[in-house]
Amino acid sequence: MLKRTVLYDVYKNYDGVKLIDFGGWELPVNFEKGIIGEHMAVRENAGLFDVSHMGEITVEGDTSEEFINYLVTNDVSAMHDNQCMYSPMCYPDGGVVDDLLVYRYSTGKYLLVVNASNVDKDFSWISKENEWIKKASEKPVLENISGRMSQIAFQGPKAESYMKELVSPEVADIEFFHFRDDLKIDGKKAIISRTGYTGEDGFEIYLANEDAADVWNYLLNATKDRGVLPCGLGARDTLRFESKLPLYGHELTKDISPLEANLSYFVKLDKKDFCGKAALAAQKEHGIPRTLRGCEMVDKGVPRAGYTVHLNGKEIGFVTSGTKSPILNKFLGLVLIKRGTGLKIGDEIEVNINGKMKKAKLVKTPFFKNTKQTQQ
Amino acid sequence: MNVPENLKYTEDHEWARVEGKVAYVGITDHAQQELGDIVYVELPDIDTEVEKDEEATSIESVKAAAPVNSPVSGKIVKVNEDLEDEAELVNKDAYAAYIFAVEMSDPSELDSLMDAAAYKKFLGK
Repeated sequence: MLKRTVLYDVYKNYDGVKLIDFGGWELPVNFEKGIIGEHMAVRENAGLFDVSHMGEITVEGDTSEEFINYLVTNDVSAMHDNQCMYSPMCYPDGGVVDDLLVYRYSTGKYLLVVNASNVDKDFSWISKENEWIKKASEKPVLENISGRMSQIAFQGPKAESYMKELVSPEVADIEFFHFRDDLKIDGKKAIISRTGYTGEDGFEIYLANEDAADVWNYLLNATKDRGVLPCGLGARDTLRFESKLPLYGHELTKDISPLEANLSYFVKLDKKDFCGKAALAAQKEHGIPRTLRGCEMVDKGVPRAGYTVHLNGKEIGFVTSGTKSPILNKFLGLVLIKRGTGLKIGDEIEVNINGKMKKAKLVKTPFFKNTKQTQQ
Repeated sequence: MNVPENLKYTEDHEWARVEGKVAYVGITDHAQQELGDIVYVELPDIDTEVEKDEEATSIESVKAAAPVNSPVSGKIVKVNEDLEDEAELVNKDAYAAYIFAVEMSDPSELDSLMDAAAYKKFLGK
């Protein structure tokens, strides 16, 4: 039996809804306008996503900051209240447990937002399997509240103006990677963060399950005549792909370190001990084995996850994600390849697509960056 | 659901239009709807031998690749090169956009395919 979010009942009757099994959740891959239509709406206007399947874990107590800083590779001690931070969370060997967002209310209270398919694994890792928690005399209180929380992402260059109109002019003051929990939406309590997974400006809105349908309908009904679309996971994937935002299970796995995925910015090797530090520091010192690059197909074909990548007849890696970019209209792939090949932007590689070697060339990433945005 | 009368259908949602010894093959309207936005059609090589119900080529939506099986055995004699640059033609009119044509080695295989009425019934299940 597939799990459903509370919004399932709202959109199950939408025109053209196509539902898929996404890691045990029955979720929409797209609605009537299709993945490309929804993708373009988010790049040009705004779109609304149900991402209630994401997991939420609360961490409370005096040792919260120390504990989270042990778990993740980024430095949460540099955060201030009402800030969000992205970070990988690693195993001792430098492989990735998950990547997550850390929300700091105070040094004694945090919210961790993790990937849906990893919630149980993460909670088990965080609450009992890691070395810190096994040894700690004073443990923070941990709670997996995923089952009670819904999440709606409102993404796109016009999301801010709609939110100002429909929620409060004050949302405009929420800076990138910050949040507020004191603004109501249509009278409903919400956590609103200026975060997202599309490469566009936008907001992620956390709600109690019982309020999610009302807020979804409130936001969509007020904006659908202005071109705002409900969007599915298909567009979420193509949007994050164009912007080179990693997807756990593809660019990051237990067998791919964040340094290999070119996320060194989020790995603070100069902070005090954290899980995976020794392994990651050793990688950095002795040479990071692989690197995540972008390629564009020269021959026609779609480079899909898992296809092998070759240089001069030798296998040098594989595709982690690939599709036809809706905005660039090109067949693009992210490839995890050996370091030290000397490959530069524009150089040719080959992708084995169903037994045929097809030419591709390395291109700059992210593939797409919205230049209209004022913030990163 | 659009299911033209003059075509033959497979349970894998391919259609075949027979002209003499040659069967033109595409995917059905139902299949294109299920796939969503089609971004690439891999065209098989001319003269390739194909077997009935075996994968002859593939068609790709934004999300995933799907096999296209040949409804009949024989040799590929023609491919629809228009699809090379306009894969979305399959979304626009799945029955106009044939993918490849097979010169049949055993035309009696056509008898095992569904007619329009049977395919509609199959879709209704």
